[in-house]
Amino acid sequence: MYSKTVMDHFRNPRNVGVIEDADGIGEVGNPLCGDMMTIYLKIEDERIRDIKFQTFGCGSAIAVSSMLTEIAMGKTLDEAKKITNKDVAEALEGLPKNKLHCSNLGADALQMAIKNYEDVKSGKKRPELKRKDAHEHTHGEKCYCPYCDIEILPETTFCEACHTDLKENH
Amino acid sequence: MKIINLDRISSNPILPEVKDAMIAAIRKDFANPSSQHTPGEEAAEALEKARQAVADLIHCENPREVVFTSGGTESVNHAIKGVAFANMEQGKHIVTSNIEHNAVIRSIRRLKSMGFKVTSISVDPYGRVNPQDVADAIQEDTILVSIMHSNNETGTIQPIEAIGKITREKKVIFHCDAVDSVGVVRLDVQKLGVDLLSFASNTFYGPTGVGGLYIRRGTKVWPLLDGGIQENNKRAGAENLVGIVAMGVAAELANQHMESRLDHLNGLKKKLLDELPEYIDEYIINTHPEFSLPNLLSISVKYIEGESVVLMLDDEHISVSTRSACATGSLRASHVLLSIGRNHADAQGTLVVSFGVDNTEADITAFLTALQNVVTTLRNISPLYNKIAKS
Repeated sequence: MYSKTVMDHFRNPRNVGVIEDADGIGEVGNPLCGDMMTIYLKIEDERIRDIKFQTFGCGSAIAVSSMLTEIAMGKTLDEAKKITNKDVAEALEGLPKNKLHCSNLGADALQMAIKNYEDVKSGKKRPELKRKDAHEHTHGEKCYCPYCDIEILPETTFCEACHTDLKENH
Repeated sequence: MKIINLDRISSNPILPEVKDAMIAAIRKDFANPSSQHTPGEEAAEALEKARQAVADLIHCENPREVVFTSGGTESVNHAIKGVAFANMEQGKHIVTSNIEHNAVIRSIRRLKSMGFKVTSISVDPYGRVNPQDVADAIQEDTILVSIMHSNNETGTIQPIEAIGKITREKKVIFHCDAVDSVGVVRLDVQKLGVDLLSFASNTFYGPTGVGGLYIRRGTKVWPLLDGGIQENNKRAGAENLVGIVAMGVAAELANQHMESRLDHLNGLKKKLLDELPEYIDEYIINTHPEFSLPNLLSISVKYIEGESVVLMLDDEHISVSTRSACATGSLRASHVLLSIGRNHADAQGTLVVSFGVDNTEADITAFLTALQNVVTTLRNISPLYNKIAKS
């Protein structure tokens, strides 16, 4: 089911842990299926000097977090801002289609951590960490079933593909 | 490398004696049991011998009430759709529970789209239906009650006998999905008071692709498959005789060894349950302490996700199953776990450990030892555990 690279990062995840005096923290989650991811950054001279993660989720979610930290480590903030979820999935040699939507949240967490760093630096009060809502449109304006990632109509309350009842505000 | 298989709810190995019977049946080149010539009669004899063995397993006095099918899913579809189609002029209301298997849920959902009405009953924190709720849900136009015998995710067993009394009294047809119970626990269709009972051969170490449906004489039910007059006109199509013969042998063995198997399995379950706290903390047992299968334990391990556990245990050559949404194709949280009050995070960490007659106490110890390491590793990665530890 998973590529060799995914299994390698799952079995030996890189950069696991917490940075106690982090300069930026980003937290995302998908409460519908339960995956959660936290990214900690240590920034020096606008460059990522250290990055660590903690993840609650499936093999894919753990591998995504690990790969993301490897890609981002040492990058300037400008470079890091260009990292997308797609880049992470490609570096992992692909993810199962049904996992693309729910477990591939690493870059989102990174971008939130960078924003958190910039907000604090510019004098804004560190905002309460807020998890991403159940179903923001992470890939474009179209609607996708949060369970099987098949495109659905905005007003539908039932996914024909996986037989799931959906909330109206998906 | 020997694999420790603790995922018997997904599939069971075929017992050696059953394999031998299957091979002999293949070698025999059975004729069609419906044919009038001598080879046909020989085939019919083998068919009826298997039917008797299966009837004995469920204490069914008249073997003609047993219909062979292609497995549990067909039996369930046959029972539910067959009753609905045959009785729709009397009414279109069906009563079921919130924790049924997808075979039941989706059969009923199909009927719903054709205009049938459904009342689905909620369950207590261990997943048991209150029989009084069934009584209350039955209406004037109720034609069918379908409640499972044991749940495939939690192992919890339902008060079928009490529900059977109610459906008898109210004269409503009662179907029971007993796919995970028949051949594992003693079961008597007379005592249970069911009109239809679905079961599968692979639950008791027979092959997949063959199962049975008990249909009490006089129950109004249409066939699912139309065609020839096989199975007393209840299920058309030339019989899968190799599978049926094997199922018959497996049923005979299950009947014969039921007590010693129950002792063995209950022993393994007790060991797992008793020793678990020595290896991990912060978990919830979803299986009913008294009314449950002897061969299954559902454990929600907090702060970690089940698919990760399955993959890591697989590296240690141990197979278990998870009810985490991440491990299913649809990525949905288990309806059973949500129904018994687990939240999404705890549902995510749910393992189903199920064992068979060939598992040993050493297998349980190996599982517990490996589980301890896996849980420690994953909790160290988990932001949930980190937060709890801090607070």
